[in-house]
Amino acid sequence: MGVALAVGPVTGRTPGSIELLGVTKRFLTPSGASMTALRDVDMVIAPGQFCAVVGPTGCGKSTTLTLVSGLDRPSAGTVRVGGQPVEGIPKGVGFVFQNDALLPWKTVLGNVLLGPMFRGLPRKEAEARGREWLQVVGLADFASHHPHQLSGGMRKRVSLAAALINEPSILLMDEPFGALDVQTKAIMSNELLALWEQTRPSVIFVTHDLEEAIGLADRVVVMTAGPGTVKAVYDIDLPRPRGAVQEIRFEHRFLELHQQIWESLRSEVGRAYARTAAIPGAVGGQA
Amino acid sequence: MTDDAKLTAQSAASASGHAAADAGSIAAEAMRRRRRRRVLTYAGRLITLALIVGGWQVLTDVKIVDAFFFGSPVGIVNRLIDWAEHGTAYGSLWEQIWITIEEALLGFVAGVVSGVVFGVALGEFRYLADVLGPYIKVVNALPRIVLGSIFIIWLGLGMSSKVVLAAVLVFFVVFFNAFQGVRDVDRNLVANARILGASRLQITRHVVFPSALTWIIASLHVSLGFSIIGAIVGEFLGAQKGLGLVIATAQNTFDANGVFAAMLVIGILALSAEALMAQLERRLLSWRPPSSAEIADAAVA
Ligand SMILES: Nc1ncnc2c1ncn2[C@@H]1O[C@H](COP(=O)(O)OP(=O)(O)O)[C@@H](O)[C@H]1O
Ligand SMILES: [Mg+2]
Repeated sequence: MGVALAVGPVTGRTPGSIELLGVTKRFLTPSGASMTALRDVDMVIAPGQFCAVVGPTGCGKSTTLTLVSGLDRPSAGTVRVGGQPVEGIPKGVGFVFQNDALLPWKTVLGNVLLGPMFRGLPRKEAEARGREWLQVVGLADFASHHPHQLSGGMRKRVSLAAALINEPSILLMDEPFGALDVQTKAIMSNELLALWEQTRPSVIFVTHDLEEAIGLADRVVVMTAGPGTVKAVYDIDLPRPRGAVQEIRFEHRFLELHQQIWESLRSEVGRAYARTAAIPGAVGGQA
Repeated sequence: MTDDAKLTAQSAASASGHAAADAGSIAAEAMRRRRRRRVLTYAGRLITLALIVGGWQVLTDVKIVDAFFFGSPVGIVNRLIDWAEHGTAYGSLWEQIWITIEEALLGFVAGVVSGVVFGVALGEFRYLADVLGPYIKVVNALPRIVLGSIFIIWLGLGMSSKVVLAAVLVFFVVFFNAFQGVRDVDRNLVANARILGASRLQITRHVVFPSALTWIIASLHVSLGFSIIGAIVGEFLGAQKGLGLVIATAQNTFDANGVFAAMLVIGILALSAEALMAQLERRLLSWRPPSSAEIADAAVA
């Protein structure tokens, strides 16, 4: 896997910055009331930065990504990508969803070349690029398989190739490895890092796994329980290239950072849990 | 402890020695059992058929059942042979069959195409659905067979009135399925396509339509049956040719054998159409993982 990665067909690009300024997002609940999912979120991600976002379930992490990707609009505040206010889907954005968004009726190759095809590349060229990218993620032999014939890890790699083939300057990932088993997740994390280090898009990586966040990111953002807002930002000064995520987590600095961030995160997790479980007093103590 | 170890060692040795042979014989045994079950199934089906047909024939022979009202298997076969050799009152039997097939097929195609187009359009454009929805519900609530009378008044006794009736019956089935299929599309897939740079039309073509296709194809089975019903009922209401007319005539002359004979022909038609449709469905949905029901089917067949 790691060897194949060295031949990535990626060329140079101008990376994009991401800015959220005073962003608030409200939803209408089915009963007609207004529910605030995000409140006054300020977040700035420099070009080429790998930013992980952690926070309790329902705190608005996915919502943040839909706002940056232009799939939805903020109720208040500004979202800027590459310096431009977001209107519609900004250029150069890639998205890897939690549940892989592969078209089940298309083959693996058909799924990977969707991006170039949608952008009007001739079929032949799109196919050639698709095959290159399948090579990069080590799935060249599975080009004509259908998604349901692959394992979860392989499907994730297809999703990754499908997102990266458009050479995004901004990569949004919503708990991309959340559904994978621990070993596959570790392998995928390493592959993601290798790909990222080659092409250096700006990344917002949403996860509920703090170790994963620290292992991958330059910066970890902790969000409060809903309505979500930025609680704290931690710069991760572990050297790059990081190497294997599963080894780095025993290093002294890693443990220190983990300790620090977990302190901040756990009270939010406790609050979110108390809200959903509605057992007053049952949480907070050892959460 | 030692006994256990010895036992384990023994069984391991015997297992490795016979593993290949065992695997082979297990597969062969499973195959044999499957073949046996298939033979038994077909035998059972044949016996059931023989009992029904034979019982019917015997009952009419000994006059417990009146062959004049209920027909008899021999009478039905004779009627079919008679039709095949001398033709029906409206020309050769083959012509009647062909006319009905033609009407059903044309109606099927027209109904499917219009159903898909309207279903996808209304599914994609909320405004259209809001405007046209109530009217479609009203027309759908009508017992659609009565439309046949209007079509015959409008279009005459020829084929076109039957084609339109068949098309209308098919349209509603396909329309509702296509509409539902479009509404049912995974929002995640649409979002992903949008991010990848798809235009509205590309999303419809590459995401929404294929996704709705599963629903549409599921409706084709029923639609094909409806198209045959439409053609025959249309002929029944007023026609110059066709199997429906043959049945109507047989009914008017109290020719029970004639009614059954025509029914038999229609039944064979419907079954062949069904088989063709199953083939088409398998081809179109080849990307899907086999469902457990299909696996069970394969095991039985
Ligand atoms: N389209 C929507 N309509 C209504 N409420 C929504 C919608 N999307 C998200 N929400 C609500 O916003 C809150 C944040 O959701 P989300 O961003 O998915 O959280 P997270 O990804 O952090 O788990 C949740 O309470 C969720 O119920
Ligand atoms: Mg989420």
